[in-house]
Amino acid sequence: MSQLILSKKSSQPAPGTFRYQLASFWSDFSASRGALVGLIFIVFILLVALFAPWVAPHDPAMQDRSALLVPPVWHAEGSWNYLLGTDAVGRDVLSRLIYGARYSLSISAMVVVISMGVGIFLGLLAGYFRGWVETVITRVMDVVLAFPSLLLALGLVAILSPGLTSAMIAIAMVQLPYFVRLTRAAVIGEKNREYVIASRLSGAGHLRLMFNTLLPNCMAPLIVQATLSFSTAILDIAALGFLGMGVQPPTPEWGAMLANAREFMGSAYWAVTFPGLIILLTVLMINLMGDGLRDALDPKMKRS
Amino acid sequence: MSRDAVLSAVNLTRHYQIKGSPFSKPATVKALNEATFELYPGQTLAVVGESGCGKSTLARVLTMIEPPTSGQLTISGHQVSLKEGQRPPAALRREVQIIFQNPYGSLNPRKTVATMLEEPLKLNRKEMSAAERRQAALEMIAKVGLRPEHADRYPHMFSGGQRQRIAIARALMLNPKILVLDEPVSALDLSIQAQVLNLLADLQEEFGLAYVFISHDLSVVRRIADDVIVMYFGQPVETGPAEEVFTTPRHPYTQALFSATPVADPNRRRERVHLKGEPPSPLAPPPGCPFAPRCHLATKECTRLDPPLEHVNERVAVACIHVDQAAARYAVAG
Amino acid sequence: MALLDIEGLSVRFKTSSGLFAAVENVDINVDRGEVWSIVGESGSGKSVSMLATMGLLPWTAQVTADKMAFDGQDLQQLSSRQRRRIVGGEMSMIFQEPMSSLNPCFTVGTQIDEMIKQHLGGSRKERHERALDLLAQVGIPDPARRIKAYPHQLSGGMSQRVMIAMAISCNPRLLIADEPTTALDVTIQAQILELLLKLQEDTGMALILITHDMGVVAETAKHVVVQYAGRQVEKQDVKSLFAHPRHPYTEALLSALPERAGDQDRLPTIPGVVPGQHDRPSGCLFNPRCQYATEHCREVEPVAAPDDPASTLCHYPLDHPAVGTPPSATPQDPLASNPSSHNPSRPEVRP
Repeated sequence: MSQLILSKKSSQPAPGTFRYQLASFWSDFSASRGALVGLIFIVFILLVALFAPWVAPHDPAMQDRSALLVPPVWHAEGSWNYLLGTDAVGRDVLSRLIYGARYSLSISAMVVVISMGVGIFLGLLAGYFRGWVETVITRVMDVVLAFPSLLLALGLVAILSPGLTSAMIAIAMVQLPYFVRLTRAAVIGEKNREYVIASRLSGAGHLRLMFNTLLPNCMAPLIVQATLSFSTAILDIAALGFLGMGVQPPTPEWGAMLANAREFMGSAYWAVTFPGLIILLTVLMINLMGDGLRDALDPKMKRS
Repeated sequence: MSRDAVLSAVNLTRHYQIKGSPFSKPATVKALNEATFELYPGQTLAVVGESGCGKSTLARVLTMIEPPTSGQLTISGHQVSLKEGQRPPAALRREVQIIFQNPYGSLNPRKTVATMLEEPLKLNRKEMSAAERRQAALEMIAKVGLRPEHADRYPHMFSGGQRQRIAIARALMLNPKILVLDEPVSALDLSIQAQVLNLLADLQEEFGLAYVFISHDLSVVRRIADDVIVMYFGQPVETGPAEEVFTTPRHPYTQALFSATPVADPNRRRERVHLKGEPPSPLAPPPGCPFAPRCHLATKECTRLDPPLEHVNERVAVACIHVDQAAARYAVAG
Repeated sequence: MALLDIEGLSVRFKTSSGLFAAVENVDINVDRGEVWSIVGESGSGKSVSMLATMGLLPWTAQVTADKMAFDGQDLQQLSSRQRRRIVGGEMSMIFQEPMSSLNPCFTVGTQIDEMIKQHLGGSRKERHERALDLLAQVGIPDPARRIKAYPHQLSGGMSQRVMIAMAISCNPRLLIADEPTTALDVTIQAQILELLLKLQEDTGMALILITHDMGVVAETAKHVVVQYAGRQVEKQDVKSLFAHPRHPYTEALLSALPERAGDQDRLPTIPGVVPGQHDRPSGCLFNPRCQYATEHCREVEPVAAPDDPASTLCHYPLDHPAVGTPPSATPQDPLASNPSSHNPSRPEVRP
């Protein structure tokens, strides 16, 4: 998430009128109530994740043998000690959710950073040079897109051996084509604008044209795509975790929690419901925020 | 002319290859055909014509964005020899800068005015310090009639006329000798147009700039040009000193163009030299003279050979086999 | 009775920073068979007032007028259904971008046919005949072939001819042309203007030409309205406008024309820019750019003198001796032919 904020800033560098731009961005962004709610929720989750050791009532890995599958506090058998109950080996669900936010969010952030970084680079190459470079890059991306995304990720993880790093790489790979295509399309659109020609005439080289002149003008759709990718990454990581191919136990990742608790789905709904709910909410809120960002950043949606 | 030409073009030609689909043969579009002219410091050469006449191709060739297919281009005494996709040497590139028609597309929306003006210095004058560059940018901002506080603003905060001033400032940062002005005032309102034209005239006097002024607006051209090239369908059809071309246009196309241009004088509704039809498609050029299908003087001979540009006197050259007849008719009509 | 009678037309747009008055207090009286021109720079609201008349503005626009009548019918009172019958039928409009005004998915013939079907009806064959007639009338060579063409197969000039054919398909009594030739080349512009004038003469419809080009105004219009920053600053017969502009803006605009500058070393300019939404000055909107502006101009908004034939929106209209007897006053224009005895005294500040 911090990368998103950073890239947003780097696309509008500014002495002097930065405040003006920020203000106009904020007024567009906050015009959408959903975006605002999304932002507040995400900030809340981030803070909780950041201060997990202080917020969480228990150690997420601690197993209380005397309290297996304790229901949430509002049930008669519930205990104030375990607000959202415990799982099959006596671990506090709330604490695991809180620590799980750290994993889910940071893994997704890494995924977005990897796929966006590589995607922008490949997209810039394809859009700027065209010709065979473009053909090769777009064809490879088309092949990646042709696979069902989860199947591809599963396959990659299987090849790379199950684990956190391979799950991240696999999901980043699945997300890559969206960034490449978006960047390429934006670059092709901007490349023949007159300011690029003017920059060329003043002596700018290929690298400068690509990264300094073109890239900042292509950022708006990419930032929006990044938020959408972020939520997809949470889902994919959860799915891989659920299938046992992602994060390995006892790490409290949301998807893995869901997977571990599925045999108790009938008897202890809380062990399944809360991880599922938190995944749903986070993804929903990020998407809401993404919509707001698009409204505020997409030049087609506003006339400046 | 005793001075040395700062730019000279001999038979400058630019063709584009259009790739054939499975159903059509590859075609050659002759976007610019055998343009020959010289440009002197402090002088303005106007290139006049309608869309598709090769004006923009000429601009791209002169600014060395694209190499000519054939012909010679000499800038400041150096012959330019470019291959496809090659970049010109820095020393030559600095000499020619361009101003575009659309002041909204020609400025990078993500950069401040100062950053934009400093960029050419950063790339070409490595010895300058950041403070010196900033100073130079501020001086240029003042020179084009903007205020110092404009330096840190973004393009979208300026009006069209102000943006065109910024574009001019950026083009002048490297002290070029030649400015290619591609319809620099046609996107501007009338009251702003005069301001920008005056600014261009001031700068030309101060720096001894040579202008290649590409325009379709004849009233503007008549006012500022020293020499004129009238182009039709990629070919120069009439060249000469502006004064003479405007008072006695000799090519039928020039005459038609002049008489089609509306004059802001309600008492002078004159008869037009009627021009029927539209310019031909560049993919299917007519045989012979490209203007023949629309020309009221066209004869069979016109469809057989493409007339070369020939001098009718020391200064004026016209590409028309019926040039005497055309000139005589115009004299009677005018 | 005038064909189009508009008094006190104002259009305000709702924006995030409040209401923006795009057009204020515009009066236009167009009689049958007259050719008018509305001239102004960008931001002068010249298109907006006509779009408001046609009822073509988006919902964010608030249109108010003291009077807005077409052929005696009050346009403000009409139901949207009745209004649709007038707009496009008796009153039609063509736009600046002919290429984007045609639907790229349908052939020229289909689009003309649609228009005729809406307003005139008739059998399929009759409509086809009519469409061919129209294309021939607007000077499209080989109409039988062109009627099957798609818009992308036509050049800009041809597209504009098709637009004109559609606009005149229902024998309108008023045609509004919004910058019809701005996107076209000079030689094509001449053809289109000639066509418009010929059609106007043949059918006797009234023509309102919206443009920024003084040359086009001079060569086509008989009466001219000059707009500046949403206000109508003066309204005159074309010949007297060019000879004796009454408003300082018109005068400055005309003298900024390169062809009128004569041998002067530099073109006369109007300093500054047209005020936008946020920087409208108090008093007269033109005062920051006006060479004659006084303290009075900066404080008090001018109103046109009731006995001024040109309804000049200025405290000190330029006082040319000939203004009382315009040389080519037309009988339909009683105000212009009425010798004006009004001679506002010039302020001393005038150089």
